[in-house]
Amino acid sequence: MYVLIAGGGKVGANLIRSLLRAGHEVTLIEQKPYRFDKLEAEFEHQVIRGDATELFVLERAGITRPPDLLVAATGDDEDNIVICQLARERYGVGNVIARINDPRNQAYFDLLGISPTVSATGAIMGLIEHEVPEHGLVQLLELRKENLEIVEVTVDKGANCHGKRIRALQLPDGARLISVVRAGKAEIPDEETQLEIGDQVLAILEPGKEDELRRALL
Amino acid sequence: MKAIVVGCGRVGSAVAQQLLASGWDVTVLDENEDALGRLGDSWNGGFVVGHGMDLTLLREAGIEEADAVVVTTNGDNTNLVIAQAAQKHFEVPTVIVRVLDPARAQFYATKGLQIVCPTAAAIETLVSAVRHAEDEVPA
Repeated sequence: MYVLIAGGGKVGANLIRSLLRAGHEVTLIEQKPYRFDKLEAEFEHQVIRGDATELFVLERAGITRPPDLLVAATGDDEDNIVICQLARERYGVGNVIARINDPRNQAYFDLLGISPTVSATGAIMGLIEHEVPEHGLVQLLELRKENLEIVEVTVDKGANCHGKRIRALQLPDGARLISVVRAGKAEIPDEETQLEIGDQVLAILEPGKEDELRRALL
Repeated sequence: MKAIVVGCGRVGSAVAQQLLASGWDVTVLDENEDALGRLGDSWNGGFVVGHGMDLTLLREAGIEEADAVVVTTNGDNTNLVIAQAAQKHFEVPTVIVRVLDPARAQFYATKGLQIVCPTAAAIETLVSAVRHAEDEVPA
């Protein structure tokens, strides 16, 4: 696979190292001279110096081939957005991955259809939520293209659904329970499955139905 | 008519002043509070301090009711992203954005953004001035 990486900070530098080790062809673009010098010493001609939001720099790095994947991993969210837009819309790159530095900018990536995105803060928040769920629902997976998400709910004492069969729950339209993990064993539930304290329930739903689902279960 | 000017440098401040003088309701947004000084003592339009990427701040500046948005911060990519939000998210009827890099300006112009590229304008003027000088030289 041919991968183009924009940004040679900690993320970009470790990505090129890992991808090369896995046998891929990689080109990395880095703008800052002091970073470039270090990277060039390690990766030689596989690193190009320049601003990855400049078309001629992207072209020098081989974007017209086009690469199988472009990773926009600079420390600037606006740059990452523009790099992804240029890659996809001007050069026909099929797959892009964007790094989000400031999670408040997530809305811009969503608005402009840039996905998937990776945000360190978002990832850590996800882990915190998973360990210490504040509001009952933990988002496990977002299927943006399909407009669906998978969430996890733990049935605690006092939960609405405790002791009820699934058919008796007022689940919102567009939400379905897909798995019940009980004592470490996952089962696919049916209408007759009765929910118990300690059950971890996985549900698939349309984004925006979280509150209705929470009310039905908790 | 309401206009928002994002970025209050030499260009943004002058655009804001001229629009205000011609009767527009203008709010300027800049992350640097000192930029207010560029608007002069008689400035009686709006001024919001903060980064133009902040959607809450754009709302506070009144972008939802704006008839026009002018984006002139000192970053091309920041300008392009804010302009697209104004156009796609807030559906502002007129969005004009300054982009210094002619290559990016040309690409985004094909995507429906109204772009002003001072660099391209300067290149054109310079080349035509030199060509003109060439015509003046006696054979």
